[in-house]
Amino acid sequence: MKKGYFGEFGGCFVPELLMPPLLELEEACADILPGEEFRAELDGLLRGYAGRETPLTLCPTLSRELGFNLYLKREDLLHTGAHKMNNTLGQALLAKRMGKSVLAAETGAGQHGVATAAAAARLGLSCVVFMGEEDTRRQAANVMRMRLLGAEVRPVAGGTRTLKDAINEALRFWIAEQRTTHYCFGTAAGPHPFPTLVRDLQSVIGEETKAQCRSAFGALPDVVAACVGGGSNAAGMFHPFVADRAAGAVRLAGIEAGGTGEPGCHTSAPLNLGSPGVLHGQYSMLLQDADGQILPSHSVSAGLDYPGVGPEHAWFRKSGRVEYHVVVDAGALRAFARLCRSEGIIPALESSHALAWVLENAAALPAGGNVVVNLSGRGDKDMDIIREHMPDLCLPARTAEKEDGLCHRQ
Amino acid sequence: MSPTINQDGKGERTLSSTMEQAGGPRPARTLPPGSGQGDASVLTRRIEEANAAGRIAFIPFITAGFPSPAKFSAALRELDEGGADIIEVGVPFSDPVADGPVVEEASRRALAAGTGLRGILEELAADAACRRAPVVLMGYYNPFLQYGLTRFAQDAAAAGVSGCIVPDLPVDEDGPLRAALAARAVALIPLVGVNTSPARMRAYARGAAGYVYLVSVLGVTGERAAFADELAGAFTRAAGVFSLPLAVGFGFSGPEQLKNLPFRPQAVVVGSALLRFLDAGGSAADFIRKFFAD
Ligand SMILES: Cc1ncc(COP(=O)(O)O)c(C=O)c1O
Repeated sequence: MKKGYFGEFGGCFVPELLMPPLLELEEACADILPGEEFRAELDGLLRGYAGRETPLTLCPTLSRELGFNLYLKREDLLHTGAHKMNNTLGQALLAKRMGKSVLAAETGAGQHGVATAAAAARLGLSCVVFMGEEDTRRQAANVMRMRLLGAEVRPVAGGTRTLKDAINEALRFWIAEQRTTHYCFGTAAGPHPFPTLVRDLQSVIGEETKAQCRSAFGALPDVVAACVGGGSNAAGMFHPFVADRAAGAVRLAGIEAGGTGEPGCHTSAPLNLGSPGVLHGQYSMLLQDADGQILPSHSVSAGLDYPGVGPEHAWFRKSGRVEYHVVVDAGALRAFARLCRSEGIIPALESSHALAWVLENAAALPAGGNVVVNLSGRGDKDMDIIREHMPDLCLPARTAEKEDGLCHRQ
Repeated sequence: MSPTINQDGKGERTLSSTMEQAGGPRPARTLPPGSGQGDASVLTRRIEEANAAGRIAFIPFITAGFPSPAKFSAALRELDEGGADIIEVGVPFSDPVADGPVVEEASRRALAAGTGLRGILEELAADAACRRAPVVLMGYYNPFLQYGLTRFAQDAAAAGVSGCIVPDLPVDEDGPLRAALAARAVALIPLVGVNTSPARMRAYARGAAGYVYLVSVLGVTGERAAFADELAGAFTRAAGVFSLPLAVGFGFSGPEQLKNLPFRPQAVVVGSALLRFLDAGGSAADFIRKFFAD
């Protein structure tokens, strides 16, 4: 297979001016990442600073209702609230070994921006985060967290003012500042070597899950589900299963965001509803028009709101090893509410998509079996969106009682 | 090719001293349009002719459909009549990562006005017979890919397009487009930078035709006041590797900057400054007159 390709997908479609830093990064990945010393230092940070390993939590109430054992891989408990930290700590450490002093990052929901800012602060690097102007308004609390952590947040006014434009601007910044700067890309997409690098750094999720399943029920799970934006939490969860021949029977499901689901509405589901093309350095599945112009995406969860997807997922889909489904905003919101009340866990709206697929398809999942959902993040960042979409859920208990005279609380 | 910069032996001449020749008679194209084949070598020839006349060849860049479809058509005609040696026509893309704010905004507005690759090729084809300046299309890979590379090469050649510049297609990935264009004698013009190693330049040189585009700054398109010292070194390196004329671009707005360069390129590309001038209501005819007169 050609370097940086997964089947026909992947590659490195960037301006020549970015080839030297990408080649430098590729070399650093080969030389530094496998080193014993690097591994030990990263492991120390993941444990002592970020809070690994994260638990595999059995959901007793939902399991009873669904008829199989539902487990959550608790990336929501990782420092800064999502799986993003696995990647940013690894890349920050790598950047430091490469002699870089600045981390640049793009962010949509702000989770990757916060995780990069935290890793930079921890390791003594400066940090510049590009964020669409629209997103800085939608996710104001995360802008503040990044600033508290010492990062400079640069609002991006070009294009659709969302994640894809933040990536464009971060790439432009990297062209100019490549000598001092490492571009800490936030998902398992983009030009080679990012899809491989980010997947490898996130694979700790799947490795731990396999071991935790063995000790919890003495076997591999029947089904594993994860949400897919750019594809990093899913790649990190799936890869150790795909790479393991003994895990060939484990059903792997990636869940994309379907937006409102109304006819004609934009989605964030390029694997299911897009076509192959080139964006942000990679040949992969895309939301595009007939002229090859990139279409705006939409999802209630900002972290899934992206018109592209990592090339390895395009390949997993084509090869048939992983199945990909679509869950719309309403389904994710319902799953969000159900997990809050049933299990005392507030999930990120991104992760709620994966959970929603399991809840909506429970009847078709193996009764008495073991199903794992990757809970990629926690929902604290989503409070404003929840208040907007599900105001009833947010009413104080006493107000709710007054309105219809019934008590809604158990 | 030796790294000599002033091939015409009149290296001390400035652009302004020779501008009177800009609009003079020039040879007609060798291949009639409609033959189904392009003519990559005309690009090299036009630059060499300008150099032989003591000029740095002038290559304006305009985004198709900007400031409006009608104004673009007028600008294309005026640049040709005003003596442009080659004209680069930008194919707008929604996500132009190698471009600064001026070209990005121009692309956005051109797309909003309905500009697309098919329409651009049709317009170029309609005027191909009366245009003297060869046209080079500059655009990101995905619109070409979705058009179909073989069909694109065929239609581009038929529209009198002599070359293509694809800023997000490094030599490592350019095989399919290069093959499609080569079959129609359309050049795939290399885009190299101040940070491109001699080894990578040699990789580009293997399939190069037309001219070589040297990006003068480590950055995106847009005007700059000054250029890094490393540009002169990169120019010398490139001149040692490529046997084609070298055009510098990204950051140039006027002839002043060319006089201050410590070397003499064979051609210069001017984009953002022209787009801004057009958007402010100026005409391409005035821009090119002013550029040549300064
Ligand atoms: C909690 C959470 N899950 C998932 C994602 C989607 O990214 P990916 O598909 O790379 O895991 C994000 C992105 O911001 C996120 O914050």
